[in-house]
Amino acid sequence: MNAPVPLIEVEKLEAWYGRRRILHGVDFQVNAGEIRVIMGGSGSGKSTLLRHLLGLHKPRSGSVRLLGVDIGQASEREMLDVRKQIGVSFQGGALLTSLSVGDNVALPLREHTTQDENTIRIMSRLKLEVVNLGGFHDLMPSQLSGGMIKRAALARAIVMDPKLLFFDEPSAGLDPVVSAELDELILRLRDALRMTIVVVTHELESAFKIADTITVLDQGNILMTGTVDAVRHAENERIQDLLNRRPREIQVDADAYLKRLTEEEA
Amino acid sequence: MAPVVALGRATVSAVAGVGYAGMLLYESLYIAVFGWRVGQPLRVRSVFEQMRQIGVDALPIVILLALTIGIMLGIQFIAAMADFGAQSQVVVAVAKSVTREFGALITAILVAGRSGSALAARIGSMQVSQEVDALATMGIEPVRYLAAPALLGMIVMLPALTILADTVAIVGAALYCSPQLNVTPAAYLLQTLSLLTTGDVYQGVAKSFVFAVLITLIGVSTGFSVSGGAEGVGRATTRSVVLSICYIIIADAIFSFFLNR
Repeated sequence: MNAPVPLIEVEKLEAWYGRRRILHGVDFQVNAGEIRVIMGGSGSGKSTLLRHLLGLHKPRSGSVRLLGVDIGQASEREMLDVRKQIGVSFQGGALLTSLSVGDNVALPLREHTTQDENTIRIMSRLKLEVVNLGGFHDLMPSQLSGGMIKRAALARAIVMDPKLLFFDEPSAGLDPVVSAELDELILRLRDALRMTIVVVTHELESAFKIADTITVLDQGNILMTGTVDAVRHAENERIQDLLNRRPREIQVDADAYLKRLTEEEA
Repeated sequence: MAPVVALGRATVSAVAGVGYAGMLLYESLYIAVFGWRVGQPLRVRSVFEQMRQIGVDALPIVILLALTIGIMLGIQFIAAMADFGAQSQVVVAVAKSVTREFGALITAILVAGRSGSALAARIGSMQVSQEVDALATMGIEPVRYLAAPALLGMIVMLPALTILADTVAIVGAALYCSPQLNVTPAAYLLQTLSLLTTGDVYQGVAKSFVFAVLITLIGVSTGFSVSGGAEGVGRATTRSVVLSICYIIIADAIFSFFLNR
């Protein structure tokens, strides 16, 4: 067998919001065909990492390569070619509220292909069937429930048959049954469509169920990347805190604390 | 030091805002002309859709307001000129003030309130719900999808609405003034046509072209820079209307100064 090809390569990525450093030199790789879960608590930098992976932020230092293209250096044309091969399902769905569900799913096809309208309609309805939303194409996004919106967003994300699929918080705000169904759907997508999938989540249960490998992020650092078992049995205290829902013990640095309280320019 | 710091910050953010708007203008025009070469073709359909929303849908209110303004100007000029026994000069006063000034100004303020705010609200709420990010990750440049059609639609429709408003306002003035001047409305209108020069009309239309660019850029850029949820969208909408009207009036003053010296 050939050595696995990394679809995503991140090297020494740093991210800043103003004077706060969010990512501290993150190194990160995802190989073709795997389901990678990026896990971490709130404020761990996982959303920031995702925004860099999607090319929504340009890296200040370090590099992000998607499908072999360095997105910090890529021309508009190269970036467009990369974007045609990735699909993204956002946390809140991010369906365009002015378009019907069917038009939302068909949008990437209409914009990037020259297929005729019949083909586009059939292809987008097929993808809606894949996510069990057959027959809902005429509804507006505001008429859908939370779980249906996520599934419609997933249908839009896979309508171009991307090589790489990003999924931001699939189970956030959903009841356990619906979120379990979404997990099944993600597994099926990988098996049936051979996609490489990156899921960002803080839900442990769903992470362990779908992941091939897990990357644990904490305060802008990668604590570890490994298989589900390796993460479950990791020695690292922060990882165990996360797994066992233990509140972290915050060490207060007296000087820094005083400085934060008294400093004018926070 | 605090006021100086505040002034400095305000200046920096104002300059940044102007720079951002300039970049949006450049990108929109670039995409409109060369977009098809970089895989971001401007859809003619969406330009027409914007033209309908900005122009056609505004017709009733523009006609109503222009008619009212025309009648109002007629009333004021008749009353003012009567003091000098110069009622016959009302025709030229109405004709010039409407075409050079009021037609363009009233239409622009109306469109800023209707469409500038709608742009800010639409783009702002899309920004908040990550729809703008979703467009970008789908390979659809948000400027191409949201800003460029609005800019082109506005540039075509605002001057068109201005010409309509000029006409309707003069008709309104004719309706009120012709009985006072003992002429028929038709005679009033004919006299207006003989007194007006193309320069008068051009002046208003040239202004409305600039107003169109201002309204769109302010609406779109405040929309794209929304942060902070629903409240942020509300703030951006208000801000876009207030800013648009301020810039429209300032631009109008500058125009009037240089064109009438």
